[in-house]
Amino acid sequence: MAIIETKDLTYTYPGATTPSIQDVSVTINKGDFVILTGPSGCGKTTLCRTFNGLVPHFYNGTLEGEITVSGLKVADHKIHELARHVGLVFQNPENQLFALSVEKDVAFGLENSAMPRDEMRKRVDWALQMAGISELSERPPHELSGGQQQRVAIASVLSMQPDIMVLDEPTSFLDPVGAEKIFKVINELNKKLGITIILVEHRLDLAAKYANKVIVMNEGTVALTGTPREIFTSEKARLIGVGIPKATKLYQHLKRQGVTLKTVPVTTEETANLLLEMLNHD
Amino acid sequence: MSVFEGFKFRKVSSVIHNLDPRVKFFFVCILFVMAIMFNQFLALVVLFFIPLPFVFMARVNRQWLRSLRGAALLAVFIFATNFIFGYFYPSSSIPHVDGAIDTSMEYFALFERAAAMTLRFVVLIASFSVFFLTTSPDHLGLALQQSHVPYEFCFAFTTAVRFVPVLADEAQTIMDAQKARGLELESGNFIKRVRNYIPILIPLIVNAIRRSLELAEAMESRAWGASDKRTNLYKLNLKRADITMVLITVLMLIIALYIWLFIPVPSLTSLLFT
Amino acid sequence: MIEVKDLHFSYPTGLEALKGINLTVEDGEFLAIMGQNGAGKTTLVKHFNGLLKPTTGEVLVNGTSTQQISVAKLARNVGFVFQNPDHQLFSESVEDEIVFALKNFGFEGETIKKQVDWALNLLDIEQYRKTSPFMLSGGERKRVALASILAWDPQVIVMDEPTIGQDHQQKEKLQQFIIQLNAQKKTVVVVTHDVEFVAECNPHVILMSQGKILVSGKAEKVLTNPQLVAQASIVPPQITQIFLRLADLGLPTDVIDVHEATKILLEHLRRRK
Repeated sequence: MAIIETKDLTYTYPGATTPSIQDVSVTINKGDFVILTGPSGCGKTTLCRTFNGLVPHFYNGTLEGEITVSGLKVADHKIHELARHVGLVFQNPENQLFALSVEKDVAFGLENSAMPRDEMRKRVDWALQMAGISELSERPPHELSGGQQQRVAIASVLSMQPDIMVLDEPTSFLDPVGAEKIFKVINELNKKLGITIILVEHRLDLAAKYANKVIVMNEGTVALTGTPREIFTSEKARLIGVGIPKATKLYQHLKRQGVTLKTVPVTTEETANLLLEMLNHD
Repeated sequence: MSVFEGFKFRKVSSVIHNLDPRVKFFFVCILFVMAIMFNQFLALVVLFFIPLPFVFMARVNRQWLRSLRGAALLAVFIFATNFIFGYFYPSSSIPHVDGAIDTSMEYFALFERAAAMTLRFVVLIASFSVFFLTTSPDHLGLALQQSHVPYEFCFAFTTAVRFVPVLADEAQTIMDAQKARGLELESGNFIKRVRNYIPILIPLIVNAIRRSLELAEAMESRAWGASDKRTNLYKLNLKRADITMVLITVLMLIIALYIWLFIPVPSLTSLLFT
Repeated sequence: MIEVKDLHFSYPTGLEALKGINLTVEDGEFLAIMGQNGAGKTTLVKHFNGLLKPTTGEVLVNGTSTQQISVAKLARNVGFVFQNPDHQLFSESVEDEIVFALKNFGFEGETIKKQVDWALNLLDIEQYRKTSPFMLSGGERKRVALASILAWDPQVIVMDEPTIGQDHQQKEKLQQFIIQLNAQKKTVVVVTHDVEFVAECNPHVILMSQGKILVSGKAEKVLTNPQLVAQASIVPPQITQIFLRLADLGLPTDVIDVHEATKILLEHLRRRK
């Protein structure tokens, strides 16, 4: 079932001469884990902003075409209405946390929606637990590490129990271990709670294993859609400049030399298993 | 800027920290009023000792002392001006014969008066510092809100407090980045020195604007303005300790008023020289 | 040459960020300093141009202690590229941005013009000469910042997390650029936690953890040691992860490059036939 559907979506920022996204038609199904990737400036972030109405309501400009999110037409609904269905997590953790304690930040959206205090307390504690930061609840966010801050940002969106969570390069400031923890949390939200995930990411080597769908954008349009396997072996994706994981690259190099593994691997585990199988078999 | 050290909140828990900020603010205000009511040295000495038990109960003695030390320079300045002005323009509160100050008693009286004025300032710093050292800005924002200050204002206040350390860090990074490109802040004449700060101010402002745009985006994405009747995760309730504290404060004020009206406070000079 | 001798550093808050660092960066070396956020990487390199001065121990740049020289003087030899270009860009045009540092270092007239042309060319931003840096995209701003530092031609170039926020193609360009700089006998020091980036450049690597150096050596030796890498809270390169799984077959495990990996696997297959 489609939870996000866009049809010939075109948007131009106020004052800009060319549209940032052009004729974008995508369908994202409930429960999908989608990676949205493409070179800098390809319109990924703009597309994400249309999902909760920041575009066009916050940025103004001209939006053409159609977009429906959780059954709501974005053009007809305010950002705060859409915010109940779509949570956005941004790249820089520092600029999305406003409160002086973690739990207060997690409660922010609920306070805005005028939720009664008792119910709010339950929701906050639940969101903190899901993000694995219950023990940080009273700490000031600015004293936490980048990875912890980003988990606070996730919890603060999660507390509103959205159907969809959109994360715009949430790990780019984090070290690999911090990034891995974020991906694991996101994956749990997807698999356990069935939240639809849209993850904007350049580092496909770390994120690919969780996703069932990859959308590649280029110069404001959708260039490719497919499973990670399809995308990573696509010549077009390589030409656009999608970073193919080394695990898949090794497969391609071997293939060029006449050694073909049984399937296309996406993760190191898969590559290692395929290699072990082949080498032990001969 | 060590005087500001005494106003930086650190998260600890104590009876004093847990008091309702409104109650603490009431207490500090009453102390403030009393410091204005009395100008006698001995009375102000007593006032100086009043916040001390609270400082120890809150275990903030070190930071509190640091704020007093930070205020020392200003205190010396206040003392000196009062002393000098009192010398050249003796007023009725300092006994003097023939319009000039020459006897040791007169000098002592002048000294006592200047010391009293200085002490008044110290009492103010000491009590306000206790307030800020033991009140989390979060609670302060909440107190403002429950005192019917509009939410936008309270939000602006807590957000400002939240971003002070972030902006301070950013300013330092920008300064480092420009120094690494050969900028020497301390070189040249006055005009040149002011101009030296342009490469620091512009990135600082540009980044602050960019940051506020991102913050606004994040706020919108979290249902800012969804309801007129915004709720709050926390609520301040007056507890028994708070009520006790209000009673102590009121009692203090009554005693002070009684003394002010009916008991003349002797000056140190009159005690020593008569 | 940069020599670091028993360097300890504590921030005024009392946080001890460096606990006894010993290190020599030779002229023309390509060094990557890796480790988790908060390991002390940036704190260490800020000593190279005197932005921070040792609490105890010393840092010598070309034989002179950094204690005695101003940042402005040290920076003439040690260029430092900050993580976020927005922390330094302030001029009305890209050209002015580059001229700023040149003037600070006392370059004059014709030389300034020559150096500006050279730097614009080097980073392929000639067409933005008169453009305001604030009008450019993130990747372009990063290149302007880099040009503004390379313009005075420092002997040592320190880059703090150059790959953050860069897409795949930008990373590849940057990588080629760094290798090219190093080939021109420049000393390059890169602070990063981007393992794949380092694996492709194969520089000398230092792993840091909690203010100390864990190990120092060639990337293919250091990054392929799972225990050390785990201690520094990073992960081995993908190719290494695969080869660690194949260790039982008698294949080497110190492989970080996809081309070498292919060669080894083909060789192994041939020998078995």
